[in-house]
Order: sequence, then structure tokens, then C-alpha cells
Amino acid sequence: MSQSASGFTIFLGVITRDLRLALRRKSDSLAALIFFAVVASLFPLGIGPEQNLLMQIAPGILWIAALLAAMLSLHKIFSEDFIDGSLDQIALTALPLPLVVLAKTIAHWISSGLLLTLISPILALQFNLPIDTVGVLFLSLLLGTPLLSLIGSIGAGLTLASRGSGTLLALIILPLVSPVLIFGAGAVESYQSGLGVAAHFSLLGAMLALALFLAPFASAASIRIALE
Amino acid sequence: MSLLNLNWFKFAAPQRFYGLAGSLIPWFVVSGVILTIIGLVIGLGIAPTDHQQGDSYRIIFIHVPAAWMSMLIYLVMAFWAAIGLIFNARLASMLALSLAPTGAIMTFIALWTGAVWGKPTWGTWWVWDARLTSELVLLFLYFGFLSLHASIEDVRKADRSAALLAIVGVINVPIIYFSVKWWNTLHQGASVSLTKAPTMATQMLTGMLIMVFAFWMYSIAVALYRCRNLILDRERHADWVKEVL
Repeated sequence: MSQSASGFTIFLGVITRDLRLALRRKSDSLAALIFFAVVASLFPLGIGPEQNLLMQIAPGILWIAALLAAMLSLHKIFSEDFIDGSLDQIALTALPLPLVVLAKTIAHWISSGLLLTLISPILALQFNLPIDTVGVLFLSLLLGTPLLSLIGSIGAGLTLASRGSGTLLALIILPLVSPVLIFGAGAVESYQSGLGVAAHFSLLGAMLALALFLAPFASAASIRIALE
Repeated sequence: MSLLNLNWFKFAAPQRFYGLAGSLIPWFVVSGVILTIIGLVIGLGIAPTDHQQGDSYRIIFIHVPAAWMSMLIYLVMAFWAAIGLIFNARLASMLALSLAPTGAIMTFIALWTGAVWGKPTWGTWWVWDARLTSELVLLFLYFGFLSLHASIEDVRKADRSAALLAIVGVINVPIIYFSVKWWNTLHQGASVSLTKAPTMATQMLTGMLIMVFAFWMYSIAVALYRCRNLILDRERHADWVKEVL
């Protein structure tokens, strides 16, 4: 990267670097996708193939499965860079740390949440959801999964200094993302029951706007604690 | 020396706070015990039987104080954690850590007594109601705080990381509360409300408020006691600790 690289170039550079790393190790992203599909398919096996019941609980199932799948790769946002020391280097770039964190979070979302969102319609059709409901589910995941990455990045930063594993990260993050789950799955359910989705989408959007602004600062603070 | 010209920052030093806490604990313990006795006598003896719920409502004298404390302690804990994080004040971080187990216990008591109360009145131990669910999430937040702290070797890093988590959790508490309300309107679950409060008999309210203060005293005493232990543990290399022990 040239010395005169502007902030935006570095920002894009961090995103493309992380995406390239994700591409080189496709198995991680693929594992999350397969996990998503497997968890969603296990529910009918556990509950029984009753069509109406499955249709009713499909939004919740798909949302929870997406949440757990996104959780799988969460610790990788920072941990590998932290272990090999490149996080120290990245923290020293001209770009403020919160923006670096945001770039890495965006890359994480593209390689996990976005992919999950893209395959969700196929799984939703398996549950016999009507096309328009599938659309609502798709949109709710599109709005909600970035939130999972953003809030998750705080936990990923906090657990850097710990000897805990991914379990600890899940324990920390799952309570924090419960509103996302409630509104995300709630949007689809309220659409199914004939109520509007506007309120749920507005709240998800408001949370996304808030998290886009606040979460990078919190994650950057957590990384600084780990790096010092 | 009157209380007014006391230098409060003096007690920010763990050593001095250790002494102060030591002399304060007996007061909180004694007043806690006295208030508990008065509160229970009023609650279990004097307060009238509820015309709808019979005597089963009497668990309110434990349930409501515990539920209030569970939320209050989280806020106080996050406050001290933030002070510890921002001003790098060791004592504030220790106070936050001392409060967390008590907060978790209060949350657990609130959930448990709620279940015990729910069985005779609603006929079920648990309902996925807004209040219950948000209280459960609160318990998980306490667990997260404690386990994150426990998982980081370096005490200062542990303090700071856990503090950050506590602060993030605070932002989340009202979100959980309101979101779950939205969620609940769809599910139409049985709802608990505090609308009974104004119609409550005076003795009931008095007994409950006295119990709230008793719980305050207990929580302060236990937190101070735990904080003293933390101070001893973290300052174990200091000379004054060897003198004290």
C-alpha cells in the first residue's frame, strides 16, 4: 500500500484482504452454510413433519439457525490476526481503529451473514412458506445479520484476551442479540398473521443504525484492552 | 470530623477502603437483620390475606425486593465498572466485581420465587412473558460478566473487558424490555402486571418496602464483604495486608 493511501483506500483494503482470506479458506464459510442448513433440517426431524406447525415455527427456526451459524465464525474476526500479530500492525495504520474494526466486521458479514441470507429462501421453501413470506424473511435477515456481526464483534474483541473458547463468546453475545432475534423472527411472524411488518423493520433498522455507529467504538475499545 | 468535610477520595485507596468497609459492614448487617425481622413480621403476620390469591401472594415480600435489586445492582455494577474503566480506578472495578454475584443471586431468587408464585396463581411454573424473559436475559448478562472476568488471566484486563461488557449490557437492558413487549403482543401470553400495586393494602406495601430496604442492607453488606476479600487478594503483596492478617 502506498504511503499516500487515503483512509478510504485502507478501509477498502482491509475489507478485500479479509474477504480474500475468507475465499482462500472456503471451508469456513461453507461449514457455516452447511451448519445453517443442517440445524434447520433437524427441526422437522425433532418436532415431526406436521406441515402447519412447521410453517408456523419456520421463521423462528431459520432465524435461530442463522444466528447460531453466524456465531460459529465470529471469533475469527480478530483472533487469527491477534495470534499472528497482524492485529497490532493493523491497529497502527493511519485509519482510526473503530473504522478498521468496521471494515473487518463488514468483511465478516459478507462471508457469513450475507451468504446465510442468500440461501435462506431455499430453506424457507422447504418449510412450505409462501413466496411473499420468504421475501419478508429474506429482508429481515438482510437487516438483522449485519447486527449479529456488529454486536458479535464486541464479544470477539472481549474474548481475545481470554483463554476461553467460542463457548464464552456465545454466552456473552447471545443475550445481547436476543432483541435482534425477537424483531427479526417477529417481523416474519407478524406478516404471517396479517399484521404489518413496518414496525419490526423500523426497529431493526434503528438498531442497525445505532449499532453501526456504536459497536465499532466498543469493539475497538475491547481490542485495545487486549492489545495493551 | 463531620461527614461533610470528609475527603471521599481518601477512600479510593484500597487500603483505606478496606478499613472503612470493615467498620461499615456490622451496621449494614444489623440493620439488615432488624429490617428483615420487621418486614417478615408485617408480611407474614400482620398483612391481610389477599382476597384473590389467598396466602400464596405472601412470597411477594421476597419476590419484589429481589426483582428490584436484580435490576438496580446491574445498573450500579455497570456504573462502577464504567468508573473503573474510564478513570482506571482499581477500587471501582473491584466494587463492580463484588456486586455481580449478588446481582446474579437476586436475579435467580426473583426468577425462582416467581416460579413458586406462578404455580398456585397461574397454574404454571414458567410463562414466556415479557418480564420473565427479560429477567432471564439479565441473569445471562450477569453470568457473561462473571465468566468473562474469570476467563482472563490478567486482572486488569479482566476488569476492563468485563466493564465494557457490563456497559454494553446496560444499553441492551431497555431494548430487551421493550422488544420483548412487542414480541409478547403477538404471542398473547399470560401477563403479570404491577397494576395491583395501587390497590394493595397499606400493610402489604409497608411490609414490602421494609423488605426492599432489608435487601438493600444485605446486598451492601455482602458486596462490601466480598470487596474486602478482593482487596486482600489483589494487594496480597503489600505490607499492610500482612499486618492486617
